[in-house]
Amino acid sequence: MIAALLVMIVLALLLGLVLGYSALRFKVEGDPLVDKIDAILPQTQCGQCGYPGCKPYATAIASGEADINQCPPGGEPGMRALADLLGVEPKPLNAEHGEPKPKSTAVIDENLCIGCTLCIQACPVDAILGAAKHMHTVIASECTGCELCVAPCPVDCISMVPIPEKVSNWKWRYPVIELKQVA
Amino acid sequence: MISTLFKFHGGVHPPEHKLESAATPIVEVPLPQRLVLPLRQHVGNVPKLQVAVGDHVLKGQLLAIADGMISASVHAPTSGTIVSIDEQLIPHASGLPDLCITLQADGEDRWVEHRALEYRDLPKAAVLEALRAGGVVGLGGATFPSHVKLREDAQHPVRTLILNGAECEPYITCDDRLMRERADQIVRGIEIMQYLLGAERCVVGIEDNKPEAAQAMRDACRLSSIPIEVATVPTLYPGGGAKQLIKVLTGLEVPSGKLPTEIGVQCFNVATAYTVHRFIHHGEPVISRVVTVTGKVARPGNFEVPLGMSIAELVQAAGGAAPESTGFVMGGPMMGFNLPSAEVPVVKATNCIIASAPDLFPPLPPAMPCIRCARCADACPVNLQPQELYWFAKSSNLEKARDYHLFDCIECGCCSYVCPSRIPLVQYYRYAKSEILAADKAKQAADLARERNEFRLARIEREKQERAAKHAQKAAGAKADVAGDEAKKAAIAAAMARAQAQKAEVVPQNTADLPPAVQEEIAGIDARREAVNEEKQEN
Amino acid sequence: MSQSPYISGSTSVSVIMLKVLLALVPGIVAYVWVFGGGVLVSLTLASITALVSEGVMLKLRNRPVRPFLMDGSALVTAWLLALALPPLAPWWLVVVGTLFAIVIAKQLYGGLGYNPFNPAMVGYAVLLISFPVIMTQWPAPLALAHAQLGFADQLHYIFSRGLPVDVQVDAITSATPLDYLKTQLKLQHALADISQAPVFGVVGAKGGELVTGAYLLGGLYLLQQRIVTWHIPVAFLAMLALVAGASSLLDPVHYAGAGFHLFSGASMLCAFFIATDPISGPTTPKGKLLFAAGIGLLTWLIRTYGGYPDGVAFAVLFMNICVPLIDAYTQPRVFGHKL
Repeated sequence: MIAALLVMIVLALLLGLVLGYSALRFKVEGDPLVDKIDAILPQTQCGQCGYPGCKPYATAIASGEADINQCPPGGEPGMRALADLLGVEPKPLNAEHGEPKPKSTAVIDENLCIGCTLCIQACPVDAILGAAKHMHTVIASECTGCELCVAPCPVDCISMVPIPEKVSNWKWRYPVIELKQVA
Repeated sequence: MISTLFKFHGGVHPPEHKLESAATPIVEVPLPQRLVLPLRQHVGNVPKLQVAVGDHVLKGQLLAIADGMISASVHAPTSGTIVSIDEQLIPHASGLPDLCITLQADGEDRWVEHRALEYRDLPKAAVLEALRAGGVVGLGGATFPSHVKLREDAQHPVRTLILNGAECEPYITCDDRLMRERADQIVRGIEIMQYLLGAERCVVGIEDNKPEAAQAMRDACRLSSIPIEVATVPTLYPGGGAKQLIKVLTGLEVPSGKLPTEIGVQCFNVATAYTVHRFIHHGEPVISRVVTVTGKVARPGNFEVPLGMSIAELVQAAGGAAPESTGFVMGGPMMGFNLPSAEVPVVKATNCIIASAPDLFPPLPPAMPCIRCARCADACPVNLQPQELYWFAKSSNLEKARDYHLFDCIECGCCSYVCPSRIPLVQYYRYAKSEILAADKAKQAADLARERNEFRLARIEREKQERAAKHAQKAAGAKADVAGDEAKKAAIAAAMARAQAQKAEVVPQNTADLPPAVQEEIAGIDARREAVNEEKQEN
Repeated sequence: MSQSPYISGSTSVSVIMLKVLLALVPGIVAYVWVFGGGVLVSLTLASITALVSEGVMLKLRNRPVRPFLMDGSALVTAWLLALALPPLAPWWLVVVGTLFAIVIAKQLYGGLGYNPFNPAMVGYAVLLISFPVIMTQWPAPLALAHAQLGFADQLHYIFSRGLPVDVQVDAITSATPLDYLKTQLKLQHALADISQAPVFGVVGAKGGELVTGAYLLGGLYLLQQRIVTWHIPVAFLAMLALVAGASSLLDPVHYAGAGFHLFSGASMLCAFFIATDPISGPTTPKGKLLFAAGIGLLTWLIRTYGGYPDGVAFAVLFMNICVPLIDAYTQPRVFGHKL
């Protein structure tokens, strides 16, 4: 009886030590969840999800406040990545928040621009260059295509232009294999 | 003569089909009327335009200059007039148009002033700069700017210089003919390369299905001022891949993701050595190349073609395409691609044009499921597990594909070639690779956007705080006594007075000692300006 | 037109399967020679069942029927199963086994290329568990039988279990050497005495060793044609020979030698035709060695200590389970990478 008790106690102590040691030794300095979610989001900062930017949306997802299917720019793959990260079932994108569109950049019609700076204030990534009463222009390489500059423009001189396919950004397609019904 | 040869894993023996085009000497094609020169003919930055529509240019004249380190210049292949600079179809797997210079030949074929370079008297940097301006790029197909690879690097000195004359792809014979006919000039080029790199050993690797070329090179190397070995390597596709040839000749493996210089080796195509020689010893930039035209054409052979000539015209020079021909493939049957049209121009990368037909390249039957037979793994020269990569690529499980070393794949096509289920494996890898690269780019853009967004938010926050601080200060300032205000006003007045005095003293220098005539003129201008200003004010 | 490569080699799935069938022919000939023509009936039955059930399943699964019937994989499964069953197995046994192999083990998992287990061995294992008596009731080789059945009699027996009036079941069946060995060893007989029994031949079973030898011949043809690589046959046979040889060296009274194990039961059939099934096997060279060595060891263990006389089917199925693990841990060194 005593022997059995002793064995159990020693065993418990030993295993406890092993667990304690591995807890210290293999401690995972993981990113906080918000950063991990934010890393998946496309950083368009468009606010289509209903939050003022990608980070706030990430925070909302992390706290369980928002769903994973509210980001049209991230599209299906982004939603899948989020589902994968959070270990939840993938679900179709919520159409209320908009449809995924081909990636575009904003273009200012420089003949119409009156230099009101409203678009500059709207741009979440400071990708519009200009000053009051001077013509503005978009730095195409920095533009995320969020469309936030389109609405404030009083003269409707901003349009969203899809990025055309060029030799430099062309991609090989998924192989199309004819599944001919031979029989 | 040659030290031991080594083996690489896998490889296949497709039917060679080299005899058709290798039998006859290189033919110079008649000068075409119109030449279309894409700016993007190499790996790296697009060169900057140096000409405008309407300009008359001479043969060899610079049309676009290399922009940045990894870039190459483009030159006029003949004399004539620039008739347009616009987007045109180029020979690219995408079938998309790109910016091209169109040159209307004047028929005179008059050379711009050019001369040989005494490369041994110049600093090496100057020679490399000249090669960059000369548009010299790797002609084996990769078209990487050669001057970058010829730089001496103290960290990774090049001990072995390898010249690639393997030409392992079926059908292609342009390097074979070049070595047979211009071996001495290739050797001159090798000497320059050896000098620039300071290599201790030079080896020319030639597959053993080209005994005449190997013999010609051997004879030429014997006459060289430096020792150059000629090694015949077993014919085994893709033995002409740079990494495979390096392994066969030296036994060394280029570490994954690294350059051959990492292991003290540099590798060039023999045709590149030839162009280096033409440029250094004759001052001729890269404006033509040897192209194999074969397949369903009347007279298969090799042709010296000015860059920019249309494929259709080139095929005419080979007697025209047979009626059953359905299209043109640029490159070999293993790694080449289908041309979007016969109207695309010959570029620096064009080593071979095959007029294809269904009986030459039969369309693949519908793919069967993978039976995991691992024939692809046995054939893979990089020792990948193509059947695993296929699963990952097919299901777009891209991260997993990357983990299984997708980016070590050289897209040689051996796996597709041996696949009993006829699965287009390479197509899946190409797709997966470009998806991953695009995703990486998107990730970078997202990171940049995040950074900019965070900076903006921080800035707005900072400005808010500053404004708040200012308001607080103003509120505090209102309570301060009036005397302070008086003192401030006095100080401002004093400063203004000082400035006034200084302005009066200092006479602008460039109008100091002017002859009376000029002074008068200035006075006149001032008066006019005055008048205009007044007029404006009146309006 | 599609992308490069524009040319491809000549080997197709049908060619591979056809050569496998061809390589089985010497074994079949030897089988007929030793046990009579009854096996041809089993082969025909299995082939028809396999083709029909595969066709029906493909139709039900809405897949193209012809290319998949033409690939020959169903025939290979059918032949392997038929050859593994006792020669005079009743017709329904053959049909049930084949149906199980094709419908459940192959088509329900996704058809060609998607089955994690060797279909023929699944069929065999199911029959062995469900009908153990019939499955272990092997007819004696013609040379040993007390009564000989002509082809017509065999046909009659297969379809109705009917025998000529003067023949008893005991007269035509006998225990296989593996079976005999197991029961006799359990009765504490010494190996040297046991192997004097008439069922034993020069190295393996009397008659059976001839069939096994013919399988080896077919296997060599597959090796020469590069349909299979050397890894699996060599590793399997070497492992089996190693453990059998070592145990009989240590205790010759109770353990049969390497030669006996190699030339008895389904050893050779397994080495070249069953374990080499690419779909349910590993793909890396190291993995193949590991996989086949595992089958060799398990086969010997089951034969020696297990409840069934031959262990090939269970050994193969067990190692099939391990395939993903084996593949994951035996990835070869990629060019330009360190080990």
